[in-house]
Amino acid sequence: MGRRKKTDDKFAKPIRGPGRKSRKQGEPVFAKELLATDPNEKKKISSRGKQRAKKRLVKEQTKLTNKKTTKPKPIIKRQSDGESNDDEEEEQQGNGYTDDNQQWLTPKKKKVLFEGDENEEEEEEVMEEDLPYNDEFNVESSSDDDEDDLDEPKLDIEKKSKKLREKQRQQKESAEQELLTNIQQHEKVQFPSGQEVTKEAPQADLQLLMHRIREVINVLNDFKNKREVNRSRKEYLDLLQQDLCNYYSYNEFLMNKLIDLFPLAEIIDFLEANEVQRPVTIRTNTLKTRRRDLAQALINRGVNVDPLDKWTKVGLVIYNSQVPIGATPEYLSGHYMLQGASSFLPVMALAPQPNERILDMCAAPGGKASYIGALMRNSGILVANDANKDRARAIIANTHRLGLTNIIVTNLDGRQFSEHMGGFDRCLVDAPCSGTGVIAKDPAVKSSKDDKDIQRCFTAQRQLLLNAIDSVNEFSSTGGYIVYSTCSILVEENEAVIQYALNNRPVKLVETGLEFGVEGFTNFKGTPFHPFMKYCRRYYPHLHNLDGFFVAKLKKYSTKQGNKKESETIQKKKEIEEDDSPASINED
Amino acid sequence: MRPLTDDETKILFEKLSKYIGDNIRMLLERPDGLYTFRLHRERVYYCSEAIIKFASNFPRKELLSFGTCFGRFTKTRKFRLHITALDFIAPYAKFKVWLKPNAEQQFLYGHNVVKSGLGRITENTPKYNGVIVYTMNDVPLGFGVAAKSTIECRATDPMSLVVFHQADVGEFLRNEDALT
Repeated sequence: MGRRKKTDDKFAKPIRGPGRKSRKQGEPVFAKELLATDPNEKKKISSRGKQRAKKRLVKEQTKLTNKKTTKPKPIIKRQSDGESNDDEEEEQQGNGYTDDNQQWLTPKKKKVLFEGDENEEEEEEVMEEDLPYNDEFNVESSSDDDEDDLDEPKLDIEKKSKKLREKQRQQKESAEQELLTNIQQHEKVQFPSGQEVTKEAPQADLQLLMHRIREVINVLNDFKNKREVNRSRKEYLDLLQQDLCNYYSYNEFLMNKLIDLFPLAEIIDFLEANEVQRPVTIRTNTLKTRRRDLAQALINRGVNVDPLDKWTKVGLVIYNSQVPIGATPEYLSGHYMLQGASSFLPVMALAPQPNERILDMCAAPGGKASYIGALMRNSGILVANDANKDRARAIIANTHRLGLTNIIVTNLDGRQFSEHMGGFDRCLVDAPCSGTGVIAKDPAVKSSKDDKDIQRCFTAQRQLLLNAIDSVNEFSSTGGYIVYSTCSILVEENEAVIQYALNNRPVKLVETGLEFGVEGFTNFKGTPFHPFMKYCRRYYPHLHNLDGFFVAKLKKYSTKQGNKKESETIQKKKEIEEDDSPASINED
Repeated sequence: MRPLTDDETKILFEKLSKYIGDNIRMLLERPDGLYTFRLHRERVYYCSEAIIKFASNFPRKELLSFGTCFGRFTKTRKFRLHITALDFIAPYAKFKVWLKPNAEQQFLYGHNVVKSGLGRITENTPKYNGVIVYTMNDVPLGFGVAAKSTIECRATDPMSLVVFHQADVGEFLRNEDALT
């Protein structure tokens, strides 16, 4: 039984609509070879083919007339014996040999057997290309070549090989020369001229740019010996900054900040790490399942998972997946949360205990809040606040999905939160920030941030942190802790904010309890910070393969508020803030 | 935020009893504290007294959610159960339906269940009674209404509907904004 091909006209119209007929398998399609009914039928000839055929006919006739005059040869093979030289010549030209050897290499005297022969040869080649099924000519010519090789003296081949060797030698020489010139070109850092600086087109030579960056760093690392005499350190640094900006397409402001932040050896690693995405990680929801069970379930769905690292017992890293990882039945029934590995860290530093009152000041979309809820095992009270109502809705959906029952979701301004509610045991402030740690996630940060954005960010962060401190109960028997975290790596948004809180509120820095990460700066560009700033932890994409992150843990030890002068400054800050509303704050 | 009126309580309990029968008692008399229903902006929330007390301190407008949202009252005062209630309904379910793996996806996209996708069904399920839908490895997926009783299901042809879709966990993605 097979499908019948409908050839009638009345079936030509395709069946549309939702019905069963439209879902029916289409008509059978047959291969072209099968459709050809008569193999003996003449193939259709193209217009060129027709011309060729005409030519062939004419030639055949001339050949015939020739044959009549000379003695006809019985075997076709023999016919073309004399053409060997001719053949060779043509081949050489075709292969692109040069005429270097013109002086000594003279062509052999042609021995023409037939007048039509030369033409014939050309004709043959054309035929080879156009009509692959017409074998006769092909066979003939190839056999010719073989015979030629055998019959001819070695001399010809020798000449050829000699020529080849000569050519190779020349190529080698030129390559060496080129290399030398290249080396000379890059041995010293070439400063662009004034005109070049203004109108640079770096797209064309990114490789050259990278080379220059490395050279400049090399010079700067050993400045005394490698510098050019008339160039100052600043010139080198400017050049480096310019080149890095061009190569990685950052704006100057951010690049300056980054150069200040990293030693020269690390800056390229950091910038390169920002070009690649971090691995996708998920957090097991311990309220509903265990990590091993979840991993097994995901592996059964064709997801390639592995435990994240030894510092977490709930993280899994996804290498690749055949199914969308954010829409599996396991995800929908709340067995895991899609979450960056770095966002585990502030919650681990917060170390929430069951039966506590905990506040997550900037909670959306609820990843960290749900982790806190899982650690509290659904006891106590967890308040998840976010200033943005639409994003706060995501908290509701996520926490319900993950089965959190002790959560209150609010939509208050975190800067005035303590007016509504206080007395929390612990508080997490994951402040909105410029996002300089997550450039891999959002490359727009590279060029969109300027001084004013950063200022807006850290003003908001300071207010949030102070308010969080105010809403924490310092008499709590288990807590009194505040964890401050950002996904920024700039000092202004991190250490400086902590320092501000230390100056204005009765808090002290304590150990975060995270065993890895880089210590915070105790001194940056001549600004001293509190010596306990070393308890803060910084995370970098190139060192830890996490998003850039900052975590600090504070403990409140007294009720006393900041003195009057400081509260005045806060008031001033608020006024400034109200003047220019935060428009482009990148929220985590 | 306020406690439910008698009318509202009656409507809510009628709805819940379709799924969990007289297990509603288990929701209200819990050993780990006092749990009650509260109405906030036409939505019914279920949570412990401690959380209710705490949440009542926030301004009404800014309080978005507390505890678990069970569903909402429509403008015609009918109660519509949300998928967020699944965590509390599934453990007490009276009548269950298990889906074959290839029918899971269909159900999660909001489609009804046909006989061919039906893995198992609780004995004696009456027609038009609320059922909880599970995967074959006992993960709750949502709830629906039995279109046929268990006995009718046996006899029917593979393409006929056996469960009407009401809510499924896919709504956490599809319908995030309307959930609460």
